[in-house]
Order: sequence, then structure tokens, then C-alpha cells
Amino acid sequence: MLYDALVAPFIDFEFMRRALAGVIALALGGAPIGVFLMLRRMSLVGDAMAHAILPGAAVGFLFSGLNLFAMTFGGLIAGFSVALLAGLVSRVTEIKEDASLAAFYLVSLALGVTIVSMRGTNIDLLHVLFGNILALDDQTLLVIAFNATITLIVMAVIYRPLVIECVDPVFLRTVSRAGAPAHLAFLALVVINLVNGFHALGTLLAVGLMVLPAGIARFWSRDITGMIVIAVASAMLAGYLGLVLSFQTKVPSGPAIILVAAGIYVISVLFGNVSGLVRQLFPGRHLEA
Amino acid sequence: MQFMWRFRVVLGSLLALGFAGISGASAQEKIHVVASFSILGDFAKNVGGDRVSVTTLVGPDGDVHVYTPSPVDAKKIADAKLLIVNGLGLEGWLPRLVQSSGGKATIVAASDGIATRKLDGHADPHGWQSVANAKIYVANILKALSAADPAGAASYNANAEAYLAKLDALDGEVRRAVATIPQGRRKVISTHDAFGYFADAYGLAFIAPQGVSTEAEPSARDIAVIITLVRTGKIPAVFLENISDPRLMRRISAETGAKIGGTLYSDSLTRENGDAPTYIDMVRHNIKALTSALTS
Repeated sequence: MLYDALVAPFIDFEFMRRALAGVIALALGGAPIGVFLMLRRMSLVGDAMAHAILPGAAVGFLFSGLNLFAMTFGGLIAGFSVALLAGLVSRVTEIKEDASLAAFYLVSLALGVTIVSMRGTNIDLLHVLFGNILALDDQTLLVIAFNATITLIVMAVIYRPLVIECVDPVFLRTVSRAGAPAHLAFLALVVINLVNGFHALGTLLAVGLMVLPAGIARFWSRDITGMIVIAVASAMLAGYLGLVLSFQTKVPSGPAIILVAAGIYVISVLFGNVSGLVRQLFPGRHLEA
Repeated sequence: MQFMWRFRVVLGSLLALGFAGISGASAQEKIHVVASFSILGDFAKNVGGDRVSVTTLVGPDGDVHVYTPSPVDAKKIADAKLLIVNGLGLEGWLPRLVQSSGGKATIVAASDGIATRKLDGHADPHGWQSVANAKIYVANILKALSAADPAGAASYNANAEAYLAKLDALDGEVRRAVATIPQGRRKVISTHDAFGYFADAYGLAFIAPQGVSTEAEPSARDIAVIITLVRTGKIPAVFLENISDPRLMRRISAETGAKIGGTLYSDSLTRENGDAPTYIDMVRHNIKALTSALTS
């Protein structure tokens, strides 16, 4: 019975195994990035980035029609440009990162719409570009896995400066010059993860599995390592349970996964170890010497 | 998906700026007819002939389910004498546009009088997929055009008669083609549920993962049900459509061994140089793709 509900779908259907592999890879790459985005107060950057990739996708479309590879590649370049320019501006001027990102993505969106309209079509490029987790082919799976691997390696390399920059950027500037490169490398990772996530899984999943697990982790741990571990684990759990939910009921897979993650989030808000509501209402007894 | 909505609105208004310049000059004495999408536009052109100028809101290869109208569409409607829509809930975006455009066009629902199929409690809007229904569409359009322009009624009648004869021939063509497919192999999978009327009229079974609208997302259950069906029911082929994402169908095909039979055109014609620039070409293309995948 339990076997039928939880395991059998993945044994019987290859597309379910592929979806699970995709979700796990996405959790490995996306969740740690989500934690840093949250610490930098940039959790909304994903939605902005979905707009920012449009001109690149449109240029790809102009040159090679509805070719997913060209459109994704163009989207990556556009996303990089926006993220790097926004990051540079916020580093060398007074303006905050969210404001400069908002400015650049609007420019990018306007450019994209102009380019699409020059071709004179009403095809919704983003509708075509955004994929579905139930339709992962070999190529897409390899791209997501490659992408998760790169993300983890780069994160390991820039981990120390990145953490210090999140907590005390002024201190970092006095002891090291690694701040700027680490910051820009991090933004590049954000773009890679988002664009590939859009392409493979759709916006909702790409952004949702980045942001929600980070929020969940915040309620269970105070140190960054702990948060990352919890975020990855809860993203994987949400992915697995969401797929099972979508298989047993008729909820579309993307929303199902995000709804499960949201459920875990609500539980964490209520019962979380760190600043959870119940915990605040009934604090444990103080330890006395 | 709020940003998608925002994006479409912005895209629409920019397109409007682009087109406003082009569409300024057109012949004065012709009757302006607006059709909501390319297939209706083709019917209207065939009935109207030289006396009318037909514009379509959703052009070739566009998706009428998720279309977001632009200001230039409102302008087209405001200038039109007659607005031809499919009805049956296909153009969910249209009623507000008609109101806001402030035009005085007569609205005719071309699907009036067809025997509607029910799908999950809603009427299936894809009526034109059966040629018999297409004839009703043409008759409705003829009636509306004659009412809007009584002076041209004789000419419209002649045009419609010629076109209806062609449709009769087409209907026979489809029936003969289906008859060549062995009884047990008359089953296919297609991306969204657009071929219900076609299936009923000609005795083929269509199964679709996406549901009636292209906007809905399938659940894992839907895909699993289809894959099981293909494995147990021995469905020989899956088909793509020109307006939806092909990746899902490729996955189903890879997992079951059913072959990809090519592209079917459901809700939209193609440009002049494509496979299906007119309704008759579209039906011919579809039936050719179906027979060649199912008979071999």
C-alpha cells in the first residue's frame, strides 16, 4: 500500500524518475543559492531575472527561430549582463542592489519586447521557452546536473568571502580584495541556475525551489552551514512529495512541488526552532546555573 | 504568473505601435470584417470574395487560447462592420475588448447551431475540426455577411456555394482516407484536446495530455495515464501541434516507443509558405499525416 503510493510511480514510469533526478539536481544547486539570496535580501531577484532574460531569448529567436538552444544561450548572456551590470553599479555607487537590479531588468525587458515586436509575431516567447518537469530529455537533464555541479564547486571556492560579505562587508573590504570577484561570481551562479531552471522546469519551480527552502531553513538553524543543509534537504523532500502528490491527485507537478514546500514553510513558521511562533509563545525555561 | 500577464500587455502595445503605421491605408468601399483567428478569417475570405477586406486578430501560428489583445485589435474592431468569433468560450479575452473598443460591429458566433460536444461540463470549442461543422460555420458567415451588406448577397451566395462544394469534396476525401486505416489502429495522442469533433465525425480516437486549453499544465497523473494507455492499448503514434510545446510529446514517445507522426494543425493556420495556409490545406495536411503514420 505504502509502496504503491510512494515508490511504485518511480519504478513504473521513466518520466517520474527523470523528474525526480531533475528536482534533486535543482535542490542541490538552487537551495544554497537561495540561502545566500535571502541573507542578502535579494529573494525577489528570481522574478526580476525572468524578465531580464527576454532580450537574449528574443535575439536567439530572431536568428534561429524557435530554437530552444539559441534562445536559452541568448537568455544566459542577457541575464549575465543584467546581473553583472547591476552588481557593478551597486558596488561602485550608493544605490542598493535591489534598486539597480530593478532598473536594469526593466531596460532589459523593454529591449526584449522591442526586439520581439520587430519580428511582428504574437508568439509568447517566454511561454515557449519555459519547460515542464515532466518532459525532461537527456540533454536537459545533463544540463541541470552539470549546472548543479558547477554551482557547488564555485560556491565551495567563494564560500568564505561570500559569507563574510553577507554579514560584514566593511570588514571584508579591510582584510581582503576577494569581495568583488566573489560577489560577481555569485551573481553569475544565480543567473545560470535561474535560466536553466526556467528552461527545464518553468519559472515557478526554478524560483520557488530556490526561495522557499531558504525560508524554511531560517527557522531551524542559526548558522549558515546548517541552513544550507536544511534548505537542500527540504527542497529535495518537497520535490519528492510534490511529485507523489501530482501523481496521486491531479495537481500539475510544478504547483504541487511548490505547495508542498509552502506547507513545510508554514509548519516551520509555526514550530521552528529559531523564532518560530510557538517557540516565542512558550519559551523553554532558562537554564540556570 | 503575473509577470507573463504584464509582459503580454507590454508586448501587445508595442506591436500595436508597429502595426498602426502599416494598416493606415486600405480600400474605402470594401466591407471591413474582423475574424478572431486565422481559420475563421479563411472562411470569411472565401465567402466574402472581393467585396470584403478580412483582418484576423490572432494571426498564423498564434495561439487563440492565451492571446492578449492589443490596442490595434481594439481599433480593428472599432472600424469593423462585422466581427466573426467562434464562440463556445474559445475567445475568453474578446468580450471585454468588444466593449472597450466602442465599435458598432455586429457580432456573429460562427459555431451557432453545431452539435456541441461536452468536455468536463464545458462545451468543446474546436468545432471547425469536423468538415460538416465547417459547413455550418460558412452558412452562418454567409447569413451575417448578407445581412450586413444586402447589395452583395448574390455574390456571397455564389461564393459560399462554390466553397461549400469544395468542403463536401474535402469531407469525402477525409472519409476515404480514414477508411484506409485498419480499424484497430485508429488511435493517436496529440498535445491538446483539439480534435474531439474530428474524432467523432470520422471515427478516430484522440487522447491529449494538455486538456482543452493550451494554457493548462498536465499533472504527473495525466502523463502516467497516457503512457499506460499507449502501452496497453498499442497506440501507434503521437502527434505534435504547431502551437504547443513539443518536449512533452517527445518524452511520451521515448517512453513508449510510439512514433512521432509529425505536426497536426489544430487552432491556427500557417503563413502562406507553410503546410496549411488555408482551412482546406490544413485538413488535407492533417489527414495525410494521420494516414501515413497509422497505416505503415
